[in-house]
Amino acid sequence: MIRGGRIVDPGGSHPADVLIQDGVITSVTATVGSVPAGTVVLDASGCLVTPGLVDLHTHLREPGREEAETVETGSRAAALGGYTAVVAMPNTEPAMDSAAVIRQVQHLGASALCDVHPAGAITVGREGRMLAPMAEMAALGVRIFTDDGSGVQDSRLMRRAMEYASALGVTLAQHCEDASLAGGGHMHEGEWSSRLGLAGQPAEAEELMVMRDLALARLTGAKMHFLHLSTARSLAMIRGAKHSGLAVTAEVAPHHFTLTDECVATYDSVYKVNPPLRTAGDIEAVKEALADGTADAIATDHAPHTAEAKEAPFDQAPPGMLGLETALGLALTELDLPAERVFALMSWQPAAIAGLSAGHGGPVEAGRPANLCVVDPDEMWTVDPSASASRSRNNPYAGRKLRGRVRHTVLHGEPVVIDGEAQR
Amino acid sequence: MAKRERALAPPYGGVFVARTTVMDADDVRRATWRMAHEIIERNTDTGEVVIVGLQTGGVWLAQRLAQVVGEVTGHDVGLGTLDVAFYRDDIGLRPVLPEAATNIPLDLTAKTVILVDDVLFTGRTIRAALNALADYGRARAVQLAVMVDRGHRELPIRPDYVGKNLPTRRDEMVDATDTGVIIGDVTAP
Amino acid sequence: MTDVRETATGLPGAAIDLAEMAGRHRGHRHLLSIADLGAEGITDVLRLTDSFVEVSRRAIPKVPALRGKTVVSVFFEDSTRTRLSFETAARRLSADVMTFSASSSSLNKGESLKDTVQTIQAMGVDGLVVRHSGSGVPWQVAGWLDGPSVINAGDGWHEHPTQALLDCYTITRKLGLAPEAGLSGRRIAIVGDIRHSRVARSDVLAFTALGAEVTLVAPPTLLPPSLAGWPVSVSHDLDRVLPTLDVVYVLRLQRERMLEALLPSIREYTATYGLTRRRAALLEEDALIMHPGPVNRGVEIAAEVADQPGSVITAQVSNGVAVRMAVLFLLLGSGVDLAVA
Repeated sequence: MIRGGRIVDPGGSHPADVLIQDGVITSVTATVGSVPAGTVVLDASGCLVTPGLVDLHTHLREPGREEAETVETGSRAAALGGYTAVVAMPNTEPAMDSAAVIRQVQHLGASALCDVHPAGAITVGREGRMLAPMAEMAALGVRIFTDDGSGVQDSRLMRRAMEYASALGVTLAQHCEDASLAGGGHMHEGEWSSRLGLAGQPAEAEELMVMRDLALARLTGAKMHFLHLSTARSLAMIRGAKHSGLAVTAEVAPHHFTLTDECVATYDSVYKVNPPLRTAGDIEAVKEALADGTADAIATDHAPHTAEAKEAPFDQAPPGMLGLETALGLALTELDLPAERVFALMSWQPAAIAGLSAGHGGPVEAGRPANLCVVDPDEMWTVDPSASASRSRNNPYAGRKLRGRVRHTVLHGEPVVIDGEAQR
Repeated sequence: MAKRERALAPPYGGVFVARTTVMDADDVRRATWRMAHEIIERNTDTGEVVIVGLQTGGVWLAQRLAQVVGEVTGHDVGLGTLDVAFYRDDIGLRPVLPEAATNIPLDLTAKTVILVDDVLFTGRTIRAALNALADYGRARAVQLAVMVDRGHRELPIRPDYVGKNLPTRRDEMVDATDTGVIIGDVTAP
Repeated sequence: MTDVRETATGLPGAAIDLAEMAGRHRGHRHLLSIADLGAEGITDVLRLTDSFVEVSRRAIPKVPALRGKTVVSVFFEDSTRTRLSFETAARRLSADVMTFSASSSSLNKGESLKDTVQTIQAMGVDGLVVRHSGSGVPWQVAGWLDGPSVINAGDGWHEHPTQALLDCYTITRKLGLAPEAGLSGRRIAIVGDIRHSRVARSDVLAFTALGAEVTLVAPPTLLPPSLAGWPVSVSHDLDRVLPTLDVVYVLRLQRERMLEALLPSIREYTATYGLTRRRAALLEEDALIMHPGPVNRGVEIAAEVADQPGSVITAQVSNGVAVRMAVLFLLLGSGVDLAVA
């Protein structure tokens, strides 16, 4: 039972206690009378009780990179961040490009601290040459396909993938980066890359592929989702496409509305990420896109890397930063949006994009699966990377003060996080 | 010497407060004149003499001595300057920087070098100067001329030509220039 | 801080005001960027360099200033001339010198950069001279170490601060400029592959800090993508720029740039941006010709131009040793970090 909180869900906001039994919400009422003996009571006074958060973009690294993260550690970080479901990106080793690897991740996810939904690769080995067996993976429940980590470079292949996917009712998600124009750049190309003597990738490397995939989506009618958009013009194109009636969705990552390319001046590789940190103007555009509905979701792009990997020279370090445990705090602190909007962007809208609305992001009402998140919106806390549940420590927000923190997370009725402590 | 001590010994950036004028400009001129004559008296062949002033306090005195020796003997005497910063034994203990580049225009081998400084105190600067000089050739002899010997030696070093012997306390400061010799204190800024 | 010269004694001013200089460099443990020094810091190093030029001219060009100190040259990228220059400088200061080069290193055995430099520190060294093909590595190294000084001997396309210092020294002394004048009003063009040049980035910072008017001359493909915040002008017409210059600074052109579609051909580059004999004749008679070496004769500069009287390329090399002595002495021996206000 969750007592004393204020429900925030797609239907609005009202104070209520929530009773849960056998993984399902049994009642949501203003005041619950007598409670059966032995009931676990989670205190939610002063808190918001919301559908569990859903991350469209998590790198769990398993199989293949277990020294950086495992399904278990990554899901624990997710639970602590208020997530009850994550979409696991397929750039594992081997890539999630076959039923076998999908089954393995699903198996690992069965005992995790949040639901783990693997995304399938679009092409075999994410190599951009041959289509991966999407129907076989879709039959196992995969609803999103992407080669994330890189974009599908070949335009004809991307068109075929869209055509093929449209019959499966699945969504294709693109990491937009024109590889030849990006040219192996290690940061955003501009004033700072020029000063710092680092090869940059221009904003246009992302925008070219956004432009192409919008055209192909129009051509094929496929459901397209755009991953971690980071530039003002990318978002402007999505805005235009939505206006013209195209069924596309887009996500942005917290670091793209909180950090700029100037951070790289320290040469600390924790700031190396792909797409790279952009300019202050791009941050404004990302915030605007979140406010006006151009962006449908905030997705973490949680990308763990070991200290050894990140302690390389900047141009040799792998891109990526942690995000699961800080995303909600950053959104509540840095975005000038009402809490209901933040939860729409982090729970029910991403749940819909990932095809998870049956279990996640739904209204908090009797009969729904009890996947819930209890958030104290006023708690001030300081980010401490060493306290993370992730195996990795590549957190760029060390020392940052955030407002709003997850108090409890409930997964299928089980309190996996109580008072900010993971229960297993 | 005095200036270097003041700039780089605690209290850093202290202010020098003059207390007593020990020698005025005339006294300094007369002492210089006498020291020059002692140099000529002791070194019959002044053609073999090179006068080397320590940067920066000893440079003015070296120039005066060379001028007087030149005037009295009728021919020019060798003149150079030496900075000993790279040879000091207190490197790493306090800030040590060269004040100006060394300028020794000739090989010192077989010459008699008159090392010149304004104030002789612990003797450590002169020790460093002796090491530095060795890098410019093997001098036949090295002699030492100072305007003021204020005592408190920490090394077996003794001047050959002295403008004035001046008993001092260790914590006092002595300024010796061509305008006079002043004894005073340094107070914290 | 009270200037000790402002006392009743009227002492003659020293060439370097020690207390002031010590104050300026307090806390300077590393030399990573020219920006660490600023105009006054650059001028200090140039003045200090005079002392070491004198040392280098002696029959025995060696002083005991860094006796007992250990300097390691840590070169992850091959550069024999820079390494030799630093090691010669350290030896002339009586430091013990160790050499670490990537080819003979445990990096081949998979040891991380951090482990490597921490191992070197554990041996008890006072200074690391670091060269790496990755921009920013000296910053990372300085962050991982606790104690030794780190001197940037060139990082990626980013900076090469001692090269800029020796360039400033060469220009000011060859043009006979007063130390306090810096490079005020002097016109300097840097010609060639600015985009990939650490020398250009450090030189732009140093020359402009000292007051020079700097023009970058290059095809747009060899300029940085953005020049925001660079106090320079840009030209694509070397013939027009040359007659106005006090110094033309020619950069080395790497032949592989053609493969990246930055240039159609070496021949075309030489024809448009090379300092040919005809172009060199457009220079004022007393203008200086400089190059950081190694020279691609016949590519960015004609062989006879590299050897003509205005060329000070050899002086740059010999000044390099004295400048590096000054930097090593300042960071490891002068004790300026000991000064307190």
